[in-house]
Amino acid sequence: MAVAYEKTRSTAAAGSGKNILEVGGLTMHFPLTQGIIFQRQVGAVRAVDGIDFFVEKGETLGLVGESGCGKSTTGRAILQLYKPTSGSVKFQGTELTTLGGEQMRRMRRQMQMIFQDPYASLNPRMTVGNIIGEPLEVHHLAAGREKTERVQELLKVVGLNPYFTNRYPHEFSGGQRQRIGVARALAVEPQFIVADEPISALDVSIQAQIINLLEELQQKFQLTYLFIAHDLSVVRHISDRVAVMYLGKIVELADRVELYERPLHPYTQALLSAVPIPDPQVELKRKRIILTGDVPSPVNPPTGCRFHTRCWKAQQICSEVDPEFIEHSPRHWAACHFPG
Amino acid sequence: MSLLEVKDLKTQFFTRDGVVRAVDGVSFQLDAGETLGIVGESGCGKSVTALSLMRLIPQPPGKITEGSIMFDGQDVLKMDDDDVRGIRGNNIAMIFQDPMTSLNPVLTISRQISEALELHLKMDRSEARRRTVELLELVGIPSAKKRLDDYPHQFSGGMRQRVMIAMALSCNPKLILADEPTTALDVTIQAQVLQILKDLAREFRTAFILITHDLGIVAGMTQRVHVMYAGRIVEKADTGELYANPKMPYTWGLLRSIPRLDEVRKEKLVPIEGLPPDLISPPPGCKFEPRCQYRKEICHEREPDLIPVPNAKPDHEARCWGTQRVPGGGWLVDLDWQSEIGDMAVLEQIKAEVAQVAAEAERATPGDLPPDVSQKEGI
Repeated sequence: MAVAYEKTRSTAAAGSGKNILEVGGLTMHFPLTQGIIFQRQVGAVRAVDGIDFFVEKGETLGLVGESGCGKSTTGRAILQLYKPTSGSVKFQGTELTTLGGEQMRRMRRQMQMIFQDPYASLNPRMTVGNIIGEPLEVHHLAAGREKTERVQELLKVVGLNPYFTNRYPHEFSGGQRQRIGVARALAVEPQFIVADEPISALDVSIQAQIINLLEELQQKFQLTYLFIAHDLSVVRHISDRVAVMYLGKIVELADRVELYERPLHPYTQALLSAVPIPDPQVELKRKRIILTGDVPSPVNPPTGCRFHTRCWKAQQICSEVDPEFIEHSPRHWAACHFPG
Repeated sequence: MSLLEVKDLKTQFFTRDGVVRAVDGVSFQLDAGETLGIVGESGCGKSVTALSLMRLIPQPPGKITEGSIMFDGQDVLKMDDDDVRGIRGNNIAMIFQDPMTSLNPVLTISRQISEALELHLKMDRSEARRRTVELLELVGIPSAKKRLDDYPHQFSGGMRQRVMIAMALSCNPKLILADEPTTALDVTIQAQVLQILKDLAREFRTAFILITHDLGIVAGMTQRVHVMYAGRIVEKADTGELYANPKMPYTWGLLRSIPRLDEVRKEKLVPIEGLPPDLISPPPGCKFEPRCQYRKEICHEREPDLIPVPNAKPDHEARCWGTQRVPGGGWLVDLDWQSEIGDMAVLEQIKAEVAQVAAEAERATPGDLPPDVSQKEGI
């Protein structure tokens, strides 16, 4: 069992030269405590519970799942915004989990984040110029006149007017704010960006603007994205490969076409069938897999396969043995006893 | 006679900056047992329309300034407050977007549902409680009897939305207004909730107005669709007709800008450039003209009416000069919207206009930008 686990891990987080990021056995548990003066740990929210994957240079890896499945926690644990409970995160060969504060700060120049809510992730008391200029100062990249010029250049890159430097976030619409967030992430010329639901707070007609912007920037600056989202159609559009998470684990990981055309895991199949399609003819004929019940609590996840409580294929073994994350065909991993 | 007939509804908000014309002359009708979708982006007036139907517009600053809402032969706008209260929750019920904030956190679930039963149907406590259990079972809450005395925080998001649906159904309303009922929910839970709504609408022949920004949900759930933009209906049709044969450039824009799971992946999405207009001082002509790639001179000068379009089913109407065979109009009648994505020169012009508006706003509130920098940048 242990040998098999090591084997699958070595393939799912394989160390080929193209990989910019390698994640192995990443676990993130948040302790639950009780008591007022003496705090005892009484349990843990197992937000991320042992995941393995790699991201290749220049690609976009989509990470999908429902709320509470641990996808945002994964993004933050990779950037060491949370200190992972265990596991390894290697960025360009450097192990991040053991880095000290100053070293990590230097590494963050290479890896940035775009946040979900453009209304909450920009400081309302700072001007746009200060928001975008701050990372330049922190990393000693530019100051004074040079910084102003760089900020204006960045505003242009994300499609905003360079005159905006002295304005405050409240003067902008949601889409424009998200562009400011993108400019801030780009300021330090990173190689890798974690985009955590960057469009889900935006209107339909604005979403496409931001997706196109992210794609243009990727080509222009050879960026690598970890794109976290819950919208499967958007993820299909933007990603080269897609990972599906459920209750703290990656249940399936494959190239985009493969995953959407030949999903192996029942959860992926259910997710795909639940997405409404804007065509009444298609909707009429479609057969939906409707899952029963809710996502169980990550404090006390089901034994065996975590999906077995909602799975229509579940058998005895599913509640007893946690299925391994196996490569079923080249570059297509899934964790299921009855895949296909 | 139709169940609901809204004529020329205008709802305005009187703010310090001016009058916001949130709903500006909306007319539609709905038969008993029919499902209608109202689609649009945030700020287009779809939620204000729903709140106006229930007379729930906060006053001041809001006011329904014109129009009539005939529900079951009575004008809701002419009723006194007591009569409206007799209709709310009883004949017209509403399901709100956010089940986290629209339930009262300090009352048990059973209290909240039976309140309406006791008030409108004059049931006594134990009778109302029995009915509450039935309702909760109807919307698929497991072991409903045990959960009666739970508080909202003990339910998950999907379960709370079911409680909202149970509450809306409690008095067998003739019409349910569902305002973004699944936006706060996950995909698999959304599928569950939509299925419940669909089954209930069929079973009880309740009329539904489904308000959403998601064109996918509308496609599977409704019989007719109205598309709203800047406080007006810009296109209305049968659901099948609207998706197969959309006529108005804004609808095209919405359909183009979302990636579809069932289609081959496109290289690039086609967004709608610019932003929806400011409803305090909307554009003089067609409200979509500043963002429209198919526009002509006439669009800027006069606003088109919502009238039937040629080459379509008779009840298909659009508010667009391009689809109307009038002098100076009609250039979009025979256009294939999927292959002709509009004039690229106009697109560049729109982008330039968006930038110019921004620059003008900046000149009105000048910043301390060093002048030499702006010259070097060539702005």
